Amino acid sequence: MTAPDRNSMDRESPDSHAGELPSQSGEAGFTALQSESPDSLASLLARLHDALPQAGVTLRTNPGPAAQHSLLVEPTHLTEVCRFLRDTPDMAFDFLSNVTGVDWPDPAKADTVAVPAEGEANASASGFLEVIYHLYSTTRRVGPLVLRARTADRGDNAKIPSLVAIYRSAEFQEREIFDLFGVEFTGHPDLRRILMWDEFTDHPMRKDYVAPDDYEYEPTPHDAVLEKAKRHDPSQQ
Amino acid sequence: MAIDPKLAEDLKSQGVHVTSFEQLINWGRSSSLWPLQFGLACCAIEMIAATMAKYDMARFGAEVFRPSPRQADLMIVAGTVTKKMAPQVVRLYNQMAEPKYVIAMGACAISGGPFKDGYNVLKGIDRFIPVDVAIPGCPPRPEALLDGLITLRSIIAKEKLMGKHRARHADPQGTAAFPVPEFGEHDLIPAANREIWNPPAVVRQAEGGET
Repeated sequence: MTAPDRNSMDRESPDSHAGELPSQSGEAGFTALQSESPDSLASLLARLHDALPQAGVTLRTNPGPAAQHSLLVEPTHLTEVCRFLRDTPDMAFDFLSNVTGVDWPDPAKADTVAVPAEGEANASASGFLEVIYHLYSTTRRVGPLVLRARTADRGDNAKIPSLVAIYRSAEFQEREIFDLFGVEFTGHPDLRRILMWDEFTDHPMRKDYVAPDDYEYEPTPHDAVLEKAKRHDPSQQ
Repeated sequence: MAIDPKLAEDLKSQGVHVTSFEQLINWGRSSSLWPLQFGLACCAIEMIAATMAKYDMARFGAEVFRPSPRQADLMIVAGTVTKKMAPQVVRLYNQMAEPKYVIAMGACAISGGPFKDGYNVLKGIDRFIPVDVAIPGCPPRPEALLDGLITLRSIIAKEKLMGKHRARHADPQGTAAFPVPEFGEHDLIPAANREIWNPPAVVRQAEGGET
């Protein structure tokens, strides 16, 4: 018996969603924001400018195939922007799905490169840390709306206001970013390390993090592990 | 003085069982290993499968997983040992009563496995506690765990309880508890217990060179 071809299955399937969703649909039936619908990112940005002109929200386009454009928000106005997005009835971004971070040691690359290459960090204070938020509206089934906020530097001023008061789901994710990137979320109710132990002082996801050297012996070293294992091998020196 | 094995067999056929205390004790120990009930990662799923009816670990007397280290005499380190978890694993080992044995199950417990490049993964539990049987695999199948258990049983059956080559737990000078590493600012302190673990002198073949 030959497998039925996909098109005929689609035609016969009574619950097929083909043609019901807009062409640029997001995951799990959520409508993506970059489509030409009234929910487009441009119109949302215009409304943000009208409502909160002081927030200085700017659009950052993603030239890659994902085309997931984002809004860059000043950290000082982040909570206002999120409160507006959540409480405006026809926006209703009621769900903070994801919070993550990026280390940008070289600020010149922050808007041009998709991902900074490893090991190119210079410890100069000119870089910054970026926190990225993915908002969804569960009532309107729209999202994700990507917000980005940047700290002033990678040192003492690596601070971003916490969103826990607005989105409860931010609590653990902000703790994780505090742990791994070293972003201090001001106003967080319980800002402790969540993955590493309390005595740990480093931030492992930063580009200039140096992992402890415990490669004295590896049974089957290869690639990067082999390079590190060679340092402990007298015959390779 | 050991009895002649042939004579022992002859007597056995006549219904007389001759043995030594050593054999009797080792038979008892190897036939009812009670593992400590804890799992650290995906290997634990295979360990659980090995206890269930299809693989039936109970055939080898090791089905009674104990929730307390005080009642267990076999620690199956099943899964990735993170540096945050390592002190707890060592502490559980220290709390177990002698005699106690350790099976390192899977690539992670042996060497860090696929995560050995990670900053947060201990590169082998043998850095802190003595391991009797190492089972390679990622994860090892339940049959592999049963094979490891049978291997441990044969090790226990050969243990000497007296004399110069007696087992660690039968030696009054033997160590029962090993130092629990502290959480440091960058790594565990110490990163390995050098009294029981030292990197073997590995001579690697240079690329394209001769041995």
